[in-house]
Amino acid sequence: MAILSLAWKSLLNRRFTALLTLVSIALSVTLLVGVERLRTEARSSFANTLSGTDLIVGARSGPVQLLLYSVFRIGDATNNLSWESYQDIAAHPKVAWTVPISLGDSHREFRVLGTTEAYFEHYRYGRDRRLSFEEGQPFSDLYDAVLGAEVADTLGYQIGDAIIVAHGAGEVSFAKHDDKPFRVLGILERTGTPVDRTVHVSLEAIEAIHVDWQSGAPIPGLSISADQARAMDLTPKAITAFLVGLESKIATFQVQRFVNEYPEEPLLAILPGVALSQLWDLIGVAENALLIVSAFVVVVGLFGMLTALLTSLNERRREMAILRSVGARPGHVFALIMGEAGFLTLLGVLSGMALLYLALIVGQPLIESRFGIFVPIGGPTPYEWVLLGAVIAAGFLVGSIPSYRAYRLSLADGLAVRI
Amino acid sequence: MVIDIKGLQFRWQPSAPLVLAIEDLTVAPGERLFIKGASGSGKSTLLSLIAGVTTAAVGSVRVIDHALEQLGSVERDHFRADHIGYIFQMFNLIPYLSVVDNVTLPCRFSARRRNKARSRGRGLDAEARRLLQHLDMDHADLHQRAVATLSVGQQQRVAAARALIGSPELLIADEPTSSLDADRRESFIRLLFDECRASGATLVFVSHDASLEHLFDRVIDLAVVNRSL
Repeated sequence: MAILSLAWKSLLNRRFTALLTLVSIALSVTLLVGVERLRTEARSSFANTLSGTDLIVGARSGPVQLLLYSVFRIGDATNNLSWESYQDIAAHPKVAWTVPISLGDSHREFRVLGTTEAYFEHYRYGRDRRLSFEEGQPFSDLYDAVLGAEVADTLGYQIGDAIIVAHGAGEVSFAKHDDKPFRVLGILERTGTPVDRTVHVSLEAIEAIHVDWQSGAPIPGLSISADQARAMDLTPKAITAFLVGLESKIATFQVQRFVNEYPEEPLLAILPGVALSQLWDLIGVAENALLIVSAFVVVVGLFGMLTALLTSLNERRREMAILRSVGARPGHVFALIMGEAGFLTLLGVLSGMALLYLALIVGQPLIESRFGIFVPIGGPTPYEWVLLGAVIAAGFLVGSIPSYRAYRLSLADGLAVRI
Repeated sequence: MVIDIKGLQFRWQPSAPLVLAIEDLTVAPGERLFIKGASGSGKSTLLSLIAGVTTAAVGSVRVIDHALEQLGSVERDHFRADHIGYIFQMFNLIPYLSVVDNVTLPCRFSARRRNKARSRGRGLDAEARRLLQHLDMDHADLHQRAVATLSVGQQQRVAAARALIGSPELLIADEPTSSLDADRRESFIRLLFDECRASGATLVFVSHDASLEHLFDRVIDLAVVNRSL
């Protein structure tokens, strides 16, 4: 259409201001869609902090509390569950595997988790990703430890280093199990999950460091050395929680009911996916705030365009009169300004998306290694299309303001050339 | 008649004072009419009425057998695009278009003028260059330059070429020479005459500069014709 080619040439003529407007729209679009994409991936990454596990079983408390201490190592269990109950449930015919978890001790600011080798075999996060070793291997000796990536990074530990476990979860602990030091045997790859902040030892080791302890303090006069402990029966009496994998997902509710109605002691079984999304709903307010802020940035970007177009109108009244003299209707003048707004918006959205993909290509490995969030580089999702459509619609809406003003001016001025 | 005004009375608002009152004004085809008028004599209003940008409540303005007051605003815009070439006092050109694009601008809005411009068997741009050549703008490098870098005289000649492209029946020139120096004025007007003669166009030339009067077929003093004054 003739008037659109005029609009295009007019923009090229004012390419400096046009470019500035374009850049501000493009950056705001990059931000908006980037935030939306990160937010979606952060949500799904959070929901996949623990995957492949069908149930988490612990002493009876609230689902979010159980999730917090068993998966996120936040807070403490009110109660343990007995080894017998664990054995009993693990033997249920629908149960394929279990991973016991024993918490309560710490190393510096990091929690110590007692478990079995099943942990390294069955623990899954993200989209069915398993734990892998950056260095070393799972514990084999009683006093071996496997560190999460962040533990090793923060404290500068390497394979073979000795570490002392402190009793309790406080950051400053005066009760240390310093008679039974551990040796670092393995360091895990970064996962972006709480596993990174965990020191893993065997269940027997947890038992061994507590053989001469009672009620949270060493028994006076009793001291059993590290080697003496090896000879003792180190079968735990209780654990904190355990992860359950089932033969088939169909049995989930059957086993959950079996646990919740377990007669010997009060237990609770939760579905990790459900509990995780409950928890996300609690903390997800921030992500919505972020999206709203970036939407406002788009509005600011479009207001920049509004200002640029409106301020240009006065100096363009002569141009309007010339166009009218050669037969342009006031509607053409409207279309001219609208065309400029449309070009700016569309090009802004296009270059914003181009910028986003560039940033994703560059940033993807970085985001994955730092935060464990894998941001896929795919086409826009339906919701992103909706966002982009909204930006374009808003651009046209904003563009209609100077267009209408130009329309009124050209109607009033006619062929009179006013400056 | 190319222009036939009868019993015209014009005011901006029904309650506003009369701005223009013309009992009878006719312009014959091919005529070169000089309308003399100082500022405030109503000449801008008269040109707006002839060009169909505004209409009068009383009287009739017929231009090329169209009673403008009977046409809607869109039809009048079409009418202007098809039949009228218009030259302003100065700054006639769209700054972001090339010289040739400025000349062919009316053809974007009028199919009639586009077809007429092409009737010589050449493209629009070739026709624009032919007109520019006739108006002593035959340097090819001039056609490529940004219009803002042209001299005022060159700009007015580009404006004349634009008004002439597609051979509209009526050319309206609103003080087109006031920004030119004295010896360039006459040569500009002679070029304009030549082109009007070649295309058979009627020329209505408005100016307050009486020194140009003698070049024209007929002179009208708006101060005499306009009875509202």
